[in-house]
Parts: sequence; C-alpha cells; structure tokens
Amino acid sequence: MPQSAEKVLDHAPLFREPEYRKMLAEKKRNFERPYPDRTVTDQREFTKTWHYREINLAREALVVNPAKACQPLGAVFAAAGFERTMSFVHGSQGCVAYYRSHLSRHFKEPSSAVSSSMTEDAAVFGGLKNMVDGLANTYKLYEPKMIAVSTTCMAEVIGDDLHGFIENAKDEGAVPHDFDVPFAHTPAFVGSHVDGYDSMVKGVLENFWKGEQRTVNPGSINIIPGFDGFCVGNNRELKRLLNLMGVSYTFIQDASDQFDTPSDGEFRMYDGGTKIEDVRAALNAEATVSLQQYNTRRTLEYCKAAGQSTVSFHYPLGVKATDEFLVKVSEISGREIPEAIRLERGRLVDAMADSQSWLHGKKYAIYGDPDFVYAVARFIMETGGEPTHCLATNGTPAWEAEMKKLLASSPLGNDAQVWASKDLWAMRSLLFTEPVDLLIGNSYGKYLERDTGTPLIRLMFPIFDRHHHHRFPLMGYQGGLRVLTTILDKIFDRLDRETMQVGVTDYSYDLTR
Amino acid sequence: MSLDYENDDASHEKLIEEVLSHYPDKAAKRRKKHLSVARNKQETAEEGQVVSECDVKSNIKSIPGVMTIRGCAYAGSKGVVWGPIKDMVHISHGPVGCGQYSWSQRRNYYVGTTGIDAFVTMQFTSDFQEKDIVFGGDKKLEKIIDEIEELFPLNNGVTVQSECPIGLIGDDIEAVSRKKAEEYKTTIVPVRCEGFRGVSQSLGHHIANDAIRDWVFDTTEVAYEAGRYDVNVIGDYNIGGDAWASRILLEEIGLHVVGNWSGDATLAEIERAPTAKLNLIHCYRSMNYICRHMEEKYGVPWMEYNFFGPSQIEASLRQIAKHFGPEIEERAERVIGKYSGLTDAVIDKYWPRLHGKRVMLYVGGLRPRHVITAYEDLGMEIVGTGYEFAHNDDYQRTGHYVKEGTLIYDDVTGYELEKFIERIRPDLVGSGIKEKYSVQKMGIPFRQMHSWDYSGPYHGYDGFAIFARDMDLAVNNPVWDLYDAPWQKVTMPAASGAAE
Repeated sequence: MPQSAEKVLDHAPLFREPEYRKMLAEKKRNFERPYPDRTVTDQREFTKTWHYREINLAREALVVNPAKACQPLGAVFAAAGFERTMSFVHGSQGCVAYYRSHLSRHFKEPSSAVSSSMTEDAAVFGGLKNMVDGLANTYKLYEPKMIAVSTTCMAEVIGDDLHGFIENAKDEGAVPHDFDVPFAHTPAFVGSHVDGYDSMVKGVLENFWKGEQRTVNPGSINIIPGFDGFCVGNNRELKRLLNLMGVSYTFIQDASDQFDTPSDGEFRMYDGGTKIEDVRAALNAEATVSLQQYNTRRTLEYCKAAGQSTVSFHYPLGVKATDEFLVKVSEISGREIPEAIRLERGRLVDAMADSQSWLHGKKYAIYGDPDFVYAVARFIMETGGEPTHCLATNGTPAWEAEMKKLLASSPLGNDAQVWASKDLWAMRSLLFTEPVDLLIGNSYGKYLERDTGTPLIRLMFPIFDRHHHHRFPLMGYQGGLRVLTTILDKIFDRLDRETMQVGVTDYSYDLTR
Repeated sequence: MSLDYENDDASHEKLIEEVLSHYPDKAAKRRKKHLSVARNKQETAEEGQVVSECDVKSNIKSIPGVMTIRGCAYAGSKGVVWGPIKDMVHISHGPVGCGQYSWSQRRNYYVGTTGIDAFVTMQFTSDFQEKDIVFGGDKKLEKIIDEIEELFPLNNGVTVQSECPIGLIGDDIEAVSRKKAEEYKTTIVPVRCEGFRGVSQSLGHHIANDAIRDWVFDTTEVAYEAGRYDVNVIGDYNIGGDAWASRILLEEIGLHVVGNWSGDATLAEIERAPTAKLNLIHCYRSMNYICRHMEEKYGVPWMEYNFFGPSQIEASLRQIAKHFGPEIEERAERVIGKYSGLTDAVIDKYWPRLHGKRVMLYVGGLRPRHVITAYEDLGMEIVGTGYEFAHNDDYQRTGHYVKEGTLIYDDVTGYELEKFIERIRPDLVGSGIKEKYSVQKMGIPFRQMHSWDYSGPYHGYDGFAIFARDMDLAVNNPVWDLYDAPWQKVTMPAASGAAE
C-alpha cells in the first residue's frame, strides 16, 4: 500500500508505485487487445519520417490539433473590454460554457457571459422568444450598462436576424429602447476567434457612431488592442508608455482590469473596460491605431469610413516594432518620445547585446495567431535567431505573403518556411524532419514538446498549464525584456539539465555564463 | 460514519424567496420550482435510515439570458462518454470551436502512445467552413475518415461527434459511417449529439449510450470467455486516475474488471462488456441507460456503488461482495481491514482541521450526492447541494445523503449561486472552473469538483487521503486571512450583488 496519511501521494507519484504499474500492465495485457510493442514503435518511428510528413501535409479535409478557436470566443473576449458589459451569446448554451471555461482557464479569473439557451424548438421556430426573454432576464438580473450580442453557429445556420430580434425585444419591453445592445454575427464556421473579435468591436463602434457627427479632436488616438491573452500586462504597459509621452488616447476594448480583479472579499462581475461615453467620444479621435492587423481589418475599415486615419501594427513586440509604434503615436499626437523611454529602449538593446552569443543562430518554430507569429518572428531575427517554421492555423494567403516579405528582409529569414492554415499535427512532422532549437506558442504545444523534444516557450493564448504569465507584458521595451529573459531561461535551464550529470557531463555545468 | 447535524431550513427558505425577488416575474416563477430545502420525509424500510425529500423540478430547459452553468449534448457525448475511449479517434464534426474548447480538459487519464495507438488528448475536427454548411459535410467526412486511416492506422475505430450544424443541415453521417466501416472493416460510430438537443449535457450521455448499443454491441465477433468474477466498471471517467484507484480495490477483493467505462478504456473493453457477470455503475446519470440495456438484453445485472470516502467505500465493497458470495465477502472484509489503518490515520490527521466546516456543492453527474459522506467522514457538514443536469431520480437518490434543511438548487444560475454563497458564507465551496474564481474573490476556499482541481484521484482509499489533504489545503491556507489590508478601518461587507 503506497498511500499514507503522513505522506499523501497524488496522481503524479501514486501511479508510479509498483502496485499500480503492475495493475496497469495487467489491464493492458488481459483486456485492452493492444498492438504488439513493435508495431507501435514502428508506427511511431514512421511518423517521424519525411514520407509521413508528405502525407500529413497533403491532408485536405482532416484537421488535427488546430491552433485557433471559433468566432464567438473572440466576441465574448471583446465584450469583456467594455464598461459593465454583459456578453449575450445567441444560440445553444453549451458554447457559452466552453467560452467561459476557456477564458477562465487562461486568466485564472471569472468570465461572465450569458446564453439565450436555444434548444430544438428554437431550431424549428427561430430564437426570437429566447432573445426577448433572455435580454429581459439579463437586464434585470445582472444590471449591465450594455449587452453585447453575438451568435453561435446554430443561430447562424437557422438564420436568426439579430438586428430585427433586438428591435423586437425592445418593442416588447425586454430592455428600454435607449439601452445599448450592440451586436455582431459571429458564425463559428467562418474565420476564427480573431474575426469574432473584429466583428464585435465593429458592432460596438457602429452602435455608438452611426449617424453621429464627427468633430475632430486633433492629436487624439484610439487604440484597439485586439484579441490578446496578455492584455493584462500589455495594455497596462502601453498605457504607461503613452502616459509618459502625454498622449491623449482611448483604449477601445480593454479587458485588462476585467481579467485581473483583486482578491479583497468582493466578486466584481464587471471591472474596468472602456467607458461608454469614451466609446462615443472616440468617434472624434484623429486616428485609430490597431495593435493587431488581422484582428481588426473590418473595424479599421469602419474607422476609416468614419473619417479617421488608421494604422495597424502586428503586435508591437521587440525593438523595431516598438520603435515604429511609438514613432507613429508621436507623429499623430504631436507629442515627443521622452528621454525616459529612450533609456528604456537602450536597456533592452543592452540586454540583447549582453546575451547575443546565446541567441545567435538559434532556430525557432513559432505558431499562433497571425499577428503574434509575425511579431515573434521579427523579434527573433533581431536577436540573431532564425525563424524556421512560422505557422498560423488561422493565417490567410495575405498573411503568408506578408510573412514572406518580413523574412526576406533579413538573411536570418533565408531558411524560414511559412505555413498558413496548417495545424499542430503538421507542425509535429515539421519538427521531426527539420528540427529547431526552440518552439514558441501556447500550452497546446506541450504535446509537441513531449513528442519531438523541442523546448516550448509559452507566449501565446491560451496558457493553461502555467500560472500568471499574462500578468506581464510582451509588448513595448519592457515586454521585449520579458520575452528575451524567458527565451534565455529556457536555453540555460536546458543546458543545465543536459550537463548536470555528476562526473559525466558536468564539466559544462558552468556557474557563470 | 454519519454526522448528526441539521441545517437551518427557515433561513434557507427565506434566502430562496429573497433571491427570486430579483428576477423578472416570469423567470422567478420558473426558477422557483428548481430551488428548495430538503425535508425529512420517510424512513426506508430496510435500514431504518431517514431519507430526505429533495423535491425540485429538474431536467427542463434553462431560462435564457442567465448564466447557466450547464453544457450541451455534445459535451455529454464527446466530453464525457466517448472522448475518454483511448484507442478510437473521435471527430468533432462541425466548426472548430467545440473540439478546441473540450480538448484535453477533463483529465481522463490513460496509458498509451498518443497519436499512435491512443488519441484522447488530441483534437480531431472537420473544421467546417461556410461551404460545408451550404453544400453539406458528408463528402468531407468520408475524406476525413480516409485520412485518419492513412495517418493513424493503429486506431481501433472512429466516432463522429456531431456539433450543432450537422443536424440542422441534414447531413447523413449514419450512411457515411456505414459505408466507411464496411470499406475499412472497422468500427465507425455516428453520434447525433448536436448541442441544441435536449436541455443539458445529460441528453448527450443518453445519445452516446444509445450509440454504443446500436453501433458497437453485437456488430463484431467477441472472442472472450467470461469468468465468474468478471465485472465492468461503468461511469468512471478516470479523472486524475479515479478508475485506477477503484480498480485496484476491486481486484484486491478478487474481481476481474474486464471493462472500464470509459476512462482509460479501449474499444475491446466496450465490446465484451455484455459478457460480464455484473455491471458496477458509479456515475448513474451518464451511464444508467446502457446498464439497463445490458440487463434487458444480456441479463447482466447492475449495481450502483460509491467509492468516495471510507464509509461509502466500505458499504459499497460489502454490497458488491455480497453479490458474489462468501469467498469474495471474506476477501472484501480483509481489504477493508487492510485499509482501516490508512483511513483512521487520515481522519485523525485531518478531522481536527476540518471538523464543523460547512460546505456548499454544485457539480454534475453523481458528485452532488456521492461526495457528501466523504466530507462527513472528515467531520464537515453539507449546507447546500445541487446538480447541473440531474433528473428526478437523482434528486430522490440525493435524499439518501442530505440532512434536513439542506439547500437544494437545480440548474442553479450564476446569480443564485453567488447570492447563496454570499449569504451562507460556507467554509468551502466545491464546484467547477466557471465558479472557482468568483468564489475565491469573495474570500471563500474553493475546490473544483469536476477536475479535482488538477489533483486526484479522489476515488477509493488512496483517493480519500488525497481528498482529505486537498480539502485541508483549501480551507486552511493562510491566504484567506490576507484579504483585508491592515489600513482598512472597517471591513467592507461582502459584495452587495452580482450587479454591483
């Protein structure tokens, strides 16, 4: 009996005890009808080959371990960035349970959203009744300032008309006529979570800007961060920089407080977020700056049509990307970049110079959302690294072209390959056939780390199996420092592990590096 | 061990009224039927044990626009019943999201070479695009199965887990499955578990069980000679290794577990299940359907059991052994004796730290009742409990476990649960990931009782030690005393409302 009250063993050590090993071996032998070990080993070896890679990459229909989620998740995340806004997802209720869990597992925070709980009858007759009753319940129970409506694939397939339904619900008194109910159609079978984000933010802007007269407020800037699992650290870091510059700005969609409420005895269902009056006033901004191009394509078009100048970045991470962002902000706002920021920049460059010998020539595989992959590849090249595989399951041909252009800008990108719309099972083949030193992505990459032995650095949403990473910025010079240190730690930890065998390899187990 | 305590039914009644007063009338009227207080009703004839009445409405539609904690039929089928079967590839058929969000989240432990002969912690999806909605996905599904057979040749079968659009656009996944199963001489199971079906994940369990009945049983020749002591463990999903901590006990009393349903399961174990001599069912809600079927068609009797906490483990082992006669009964007594030292030591260690602590539960399946006595074994008291997707018979069974005055809430909304917790201020809440962080913000210790908060197993004697340790580390962590800053003159009362 391995278990004892003095030393309680949970699953990790418990099942390594001999009793359990024996039990599991017998279960396998007697009841599981297993393949011979040799067959399993042969197949495993086959999956590491170029031949397997070829059939794997030739897949046309099956998707295995994709690095993307569906639109409504993006919409729910977007809604969380507005003041006292309840996310209302029109469709079947299981989806909302999934979005809430997904966000909670990443941020380790509550995630609030309601569903219109459509079932078979709604599939036949439409979900109008669910919308009317649902909005009334949400309004009364959760006292929101705004209800942001998005859809699941069910509501989209049956063709529910959100605009009409919301008007109907208002006519029936579910919510007052002047109550804000922006909406976005977010079918799960189109695009990915970044498109859902785009649609919802655009929906909110339209709700407040449509038919309004614009009076330009010179030098003022709107910032749209995009779907970002690191919004807590990033938004705060960017605000710090903008405040140092004295820029007049409004974050449009800011979930940094909503997903980082304090523990002090009170559950805040709503916290922070862009104020309604600020969203309204944001029409008058001189320019709208998006931090993530692929998250905001339609929103930016709308801003442009409203008369604003627009510019977008690919997740400003690293030296040059941050430079460009700050220079642009300075140009629009007319505010100078202060000396304090120049010194910060110098400190990041100093850190990179100090560590360059450990980073130069390292090969990387990077996967995640399109803007993230772009940003990381760019920064890796700044450190002397080579982005060997750049993969975005939700990457488009346009993204692929843009990536190639970026990679062509440096000799370090010479051997890089870009993989738009491929999944992580494809990445597995890539890592076996053309190995790299480091893998950068999200928690789902841990299976790639296990199978291929490539060390994983978690910098992308979602991170389920490590805590608190999202509280620290990746953007700006401070963020660059954080990313740099994370990569270096991984390299040094691995080097230590490989050299620590006493009396065998520990001649390289150096104290100073 | 049975603790003697009662909960304050009058105050709980009042609390329900108060919470309902915040709803619009129509919603309040509907929700009222789902909330109540347990009353002592009757004595059961056999044991003279007092059984409470937990009379609430259940298994009906959630009201729209509230935060129901429920999932959907897809979650019930793919997430619970089929997903843990390790040597089959389970296709999330439809758009990418459902498979992504359920990917590797339920901690269904298994042993196998992932991606080669085991596939549980992978996400296979047909990633529906607009054109698939317009033109239908059957052709794509055929191709997907071809690609699975080529890339994952050691799979022992495939299931097609339908997401919402499949039923709405009228795809014939049954025809595709039949055709491809014939072509590859393998098992391919279409499961009509679209998320809009039914009112919760519960219907998904039923549909998944029916799919086993219709597409697995009797479809292949089972070359297996069953022995006298062959049993199946049904409804254990091996969260954090629960099924293993249970299996070791059943084997110790001399039984052979021929099939584990469905944590760490293989298709072979499912196929030969009807040859067993007894079905032992842990999660009644998710798997009673297939037990009833096996009883009717193959004459396999079934028995419920509970492996949470020593009093239930002991009672269950005796009851199971009784079915097999003196030899097994004697071995069961020896096994109970063998572990009594462990349980005594665990209780001696943790009772002083946990005694009298009040617990509120809100979970799915079987746990809102099954874990109650495990808490009571440690001297803790259950103030309230409820289910996400129970049926009437689950609440009847709950009556065997709860004390008078216990607050009972069916399909509780986020709003209600928060208000109940705020007013009752229990010492511990056991619920899921969606509830965890809001409860902790309020300064109340919490354990996830779906995933064991990434710990476990909690089943069996080995599991009880972990359960006790985990409840202690939750309740008695110093962090709960750090919530107030020292310069705060007056401690603010807890949040005045969800909408505050």
